Amino acid sequence: MYVAVKGGDRAIENSQKLLDEERRGDPRVPELTLAQIREQMSLAVDRVMTEGSLYDPELAALAIKQARGDLVEAIFLLRAYRTTLPRFGLGEPLDTSAMAVRRRISATYKDLPGGQLLGSSFDYTHRLLDFALAAGDERPAAEIAPEAVDDSMPKVAEILDQEGLIEREEPDGDRLPVFDLTRESPRYPADRSARLQNLARGDEGWLLGLGYSTQRGYGNNHPFAGEIRVGEVAVEFAPEELGFPIEIGEITVTECEMINQFKGSAAVPPQFTRGYGLTFGNCERKAMAMALVDRALRARDFGEAAEAPAQDEEFVMAHSDNVEASGFVQHLKLPHYVDFQAELVTVRALRRKAAALRDAAE
Amino acid sequence: MTTVIPHPTKSTATAAAPAQLEGYNFAYLDEQTKRMIRRAVLKAVAVPGYQVPFGSREMPLPYGWGTGGIQVTAAVIGPDDTLKVIDQGADDTTNAVNIRRFFAKTAGVATTDRTADASIIQTRHRIPEKKLTEAQILVYQVPIPEPLRQLEPREAETRKMHALEEYGVMHVSLYEDIAKFGRITRSYNYPVRVNGRYVMAPSPIPKFDNPKMDRMPALQLFGAGREKRIYAVPPYTEVKSLDFEDHPFEVETWEQSCALCGAGDSYLDEVVVDDKGTRMYVCSDSDHCRERREAGHQGDGGPK
Repeated sequence: MYVAVKGGDRAIENSQKLLDEERRGDPRVPELTLAQIREQMSLAVDRVMTEGSLYDPELAALAIKQARGDLVEAIFLLRAYRTTLPRFGLGEPLDTSAMAVRRRISATYKDLPGGQLLGSSFDYTHRLLDFALAAGDERPAAEIAPEAVDDSMPKVAEILDQEGLIEREEPDGDRLPVFDLTRESPRYPADRSARLQNLARGDEGWLLGLGYSTQRGYGNNHPFAGEIRVGEVAVEFAPEELGFPIEIGEITVTECEMINQFKGSAAVPPQFTRGYGLTFGNCERKAMAMALVDRALRARDFGEAAEAPAQDEEFVMAHSDNVEASGFVQHLKLPHYVDFQAELVTVRALRRKAAALRDAAE
Repeated sequence: MTTVIPHPTKSTATAAAPAQLEGYNFAYLDEQTKRMIRRAVLKAVAVPGYQVPFGSREMPLPYGWGTGGIQVTAAVIGPDDTLKVIDQGADDTTNAVNIRRFFAKTAGVATTDRTADASIIQTRHRIPEKKLTEAQILVYQVPIPEPLRQLEPREAETRKMHALEEYGVMHVSLYEDIAKFGRITRSYNYPVRVNGRYVMAPSPIPKFDNPKMDRMPALQLFGAGREKRIYAVPPYTEVKSLDFEDHPFEVETWEQSCALCGAGDSYLDEVVVDDKGTRMYVCSDSDHCRERREAGHQGDGGPK
């Protein structure tokens, strides 16, 4: 017996009711609150905010709840909401050297002004499942250090810059319009502002794989983790009617500055080069991968042969967005039977012709 | 044994405009965005077949599911329009239903499944069998707007090729088909040349539909959301399917007729009706089929 699927309003409505039911799970188990997600799934919230391009922990928590923990779906929800928001203008550049640092490490110096500050990190945990945690989480609060964090924490790149050992980070020029990839379609070759925006929104898994590939020889750029810092920075905005910037809030960011293989030329003596990564919240793995890929994509700037996938700007940028990728991969679920019918007609005709040729030969 | 065939037996005809969703602008997008899209549409109409980059927005529907077509429709639709949405030729496929619901909800416009009653038809993969008129706009959903993409993956290169009218690689690809199989084997998304200038992807419609594009009285608009491109074929513009003198373009034909309405000249879907491989053929254009049946035409009912 054959019953063709007839798509319709009712099928969609029923499917969505079922989805709601499955999201809720067993109703005897208490429902998740947004505060629980925000406080206890904070790294998921940070990833959704970063790739969703919207700094709002509450909405990110809602998206995670609605998406049943599917972070790519949650990112999609946040992006679709973000696109409806009015934009008032461009903020001032973040001053990450004035960050209220929670964590700051450098792999290039044993000690440095401001010191190494480990902060909270999975890095030196033994990855043993903590069965005590399964029963409940009653831990003593972390102690407060006797002395405050040094409020002067120069950036590692600035220390190198004093000696001219690292390329200068030159701004494109004050008040030049910054490329906005949410408002314009990408052009290739892209400028660095477009590339960094693309990478900042890019899928963490995509960047991680590409960054990793550079370490394994596909476009190696000899990176050192010059500095990784996590903390709060002020967001400033200069309203037109005021004419000067005012602080409108504070956000948590993760910044990674990679120090990469040196380059020199007839005009400039050898110096290190840079790769840069920045994310909302605490997304250290993503920030590091982003910095590796950013540097790989600058191959052209340094006259390096761009032969590896991670150095291929169009390849990297055009496929980094998981909302685009997820949609297009999954659109294969949509009916394609008209095209398939066209292929059937063609293949049958080709087979008829092949059979006729065979018969004629016999 | 019951066989439910994927066609409405009765038309739901034109549904009255429902109340528009509160909290969102008419047709979802804000007016500035619609203006930006209309400017891209105007440029596309002025340069037939040229892919105009536009600042495609993130829509509440997934990329690859019609976001380009939805943005174009949102930019050109007005409160007095009547919208028809089809996917695979039919109004009742899930994605067509979903997009129609989207506009019913966000624009509160009237919707219809009758081709003749629609002022805007958004489509995926088909052109209606009924001849369209000057009063209508056909909006295509486009997955990959670049006809050369499968031959050259880089946008930086393909843009140059279009600028220089360097289409040799496309002809070579078609010729390779002939050398390998004795005929051009592309059966859908068959490349066309518009107004004697730009080679254009007609979107994945079957090549059966290509001749309908040529000098069509209706305005044809193409939206590719993920790829951020809009292009157009103005009314009465020449659209020629690429071919060779000794291998002229031809369309699919079937030995069968529609089992429901008996049409022998429409695009047919093949439906497998049992586990022994028995098949029946029905019109892919569900409104065309309904109209013929209402006019008294009848097919043989398919396999008994």
